[in-house]
Amino acid sequence: MIASYNPYEAEVADIQAIDKQEAVMLRRSGRARRRREMLAGYLFTGPMLVGVLIFTLVPMLLSFGLSLTDWSFVTGIETIRFDGFGNFARLFATDAFANSLVHNLVLLLSVPVGMTLALALAVVITTRVYTPGLFKVIFFMPHISSIVAVAVVWQVLFHPSYGPVNSMLMALGIAEPPKWLADPSYALTSVLMLMVWIDMGVALIIYIAGLKNIPADLYEAAEIDGATSWKKFKHITFPLLTPTTFFLLITGLIGNFKSFALIKVLTDGGPVKSTTVIAYDMYTEGFVNLRTGYASSMAVVLFAVILLITLIQWIGQRKWVNY
Amino acid sequence: MERIAAGTNKTAYRLRRVLTTALLLLLGLVFLLPFIWMLSASFKPELEVFTYPIQWIPNNWNLVENYTNVWAGKVDFVLYYWNSIQVAVLTTLLSVLVSAMAAYGFTKIRFRGRNLLFLIVLATYMIPPEATHVPLFVIYRWMGLYDTHAGLILLGGFSVLGTFLLRQFFEGISNEYLESAQVDGAGHFTRFMRITLPLARPALATYGILRFIWTWNDFQTPFLFLSDKTLYTIQLGMYSFADRNGSFYALIMAASVSAIIPLLVVFIIGQKQVIEGISFGGLKG
Repeated sequence: MIASYNPYEAEVADIQAIDKQEAVMLRRSGRARRRREMLAGYLFTGPMLVGVLIFTLVPMLLSFGLSLTDWSFVTGIETIRFDGFGNFARLFATDAFANSLVHNLVLLLSVPVGMTLALALAVVITTRVYTPGLFKVIFFMPHISSIVAVAVVWQVLFHPSYGPVNSMLMALGIAEPPKWLADPSYALTSVLMLMVWIDMGVALIIYIAGLKNIPADLYEAAEIDGATSWKKFKHITFPLLTPTTFFLLITGLIGNFKSFALIKVLTDGGPVKSTTVIAYDMYTEGFVNLRTGYASSMAVVLFAVILLITLIQWIGQRKWVNY
Repeated sequence: MERIAAGTNKTAYRLRRVLTTALLLLLGLVFLLPFIWMLSASFKPELEVFTYPIQWIPNNWNLVENYTNVWAGKVDFVLYYWNSIQVAVLTTLLSVLVSAMAAYGFTKIRFRGRNLLFLIVLATYMIPPEATHVPLFVIYRWMGLYDTHAGLILLGGFSVLGTFLLRQFFEGISNEYLESAQVDGAGHFTRFMRITLPLARPALATYGILRFIWTWNDFQTPFLFLSDKTLYTIQLGMYSFADRNGSFYALIMAASVSAIIPLLVVFIIGQKQVIEGISFGGLKG
């Protein structure tokens, strides 16, 4: 073996040493920078994360925990008693809960009704009128107004004996018009009508945005083929709007299912409990009767139903929607 | 010949468009009748509110008396207004700031656990706030946040919706701007304040206006988490006013008009942003 001899060995070693040192320094500063980067990341997202933890995650977990207890918070933490699924058993055994659930399901009808009206209006507004912007504002007005003011006005309009609606009906020759919000068999329908009136504007605006995304050349091609307006709607507009329709349906159902404020102000669940809904019962039990555990079990049911709707959305998005 | 035919066609088309517009305006008017009735009733003396056929333009005006009664009567409308302004402005500021910071962190900073943390935030969006209110009521009592404006502001300020909206927008901001600033030695704080926020102004305005409207109109949260009358927001004040003045309909209508007007102004000024924001994803809540 011939020993290799390098006359610059010492220098090379020196250079290597310096390189190594520099590399260490560089790596160190890289690590420091990465650490600073990490810190910055946590500082920027931290406030939101802490907020979500305190105001959403912890309460949600507590909802689950408390739903398994028989407890009223006014009596103090030491009176808390584990009760298994007792609350749920009681819940499903009461007529009140079943009634509220049925009311909830009936009110869900306002979502497709409002969407159908909104779609028809959206098509007319985007293609057949002047000043489309004005119409957006008009039909969005009820949604932008406060629920309380709107509910109070409708209470007066539908006043059974001297409200303008019934005055008009009587003038038209209807001797005994319905008593609307004061009549147990008409109250829920009245609430439903009002929901359509309030929420239609949102669907309208989103449909108009969806319509703008449909390429114009599709319609031009159809016109060359001599397609009628109805055919164009059926074969172009409607299929291409399925993602929008689906989205509106899901968010509409979720929003509708949670409704509380309108019911509280408009009917307060009455007359004779003909308009109670799950959220209304939950607030009555939790905030008025202070049955914390029982109300929590209602919150869990509410959460479960909404989760179910969301899951349907996830699965359905893949199967039903044409993109 | 052909030119004439095309001309009549165009006229026919215009005529049809004008007619459709007129018809839709009529429909819009019917749609808005409750508001028109409310406005008209708020100008009338109590005894003429329900006269039939409806007098859309009052015979006798009682405008000044009605509105003075609302604004300087037994119910302290001025205070409710002031409370609402405070809560809505502070909630909006807090929410825009916290959401913008989080959105910046999730798009422009690389840190360990970023994706996981974002996923958690995304997941909480599926939780309906209603399902958390009962335990939150208990938590708020323990924390001393029950019956305070701070409680309302915090609850609205930490809504995750803004994070999604702004994150989408921040992703569209080119990293080149930010990197050139980085070469100049600017830290994340400078890049956030000096570059990202100014560039994101339209998105911030859209979200801010929406958050303001939602907070101003919110009845549910103040109803659940406030009990002291001096802390009432306008929605609660309006509710208790209607409750107390059960049969003074002209006054109730004057109060309703007063409660809706500021929102209408904000909506008309920020119309473009509101409609854009709503179209963006049909956001609500």
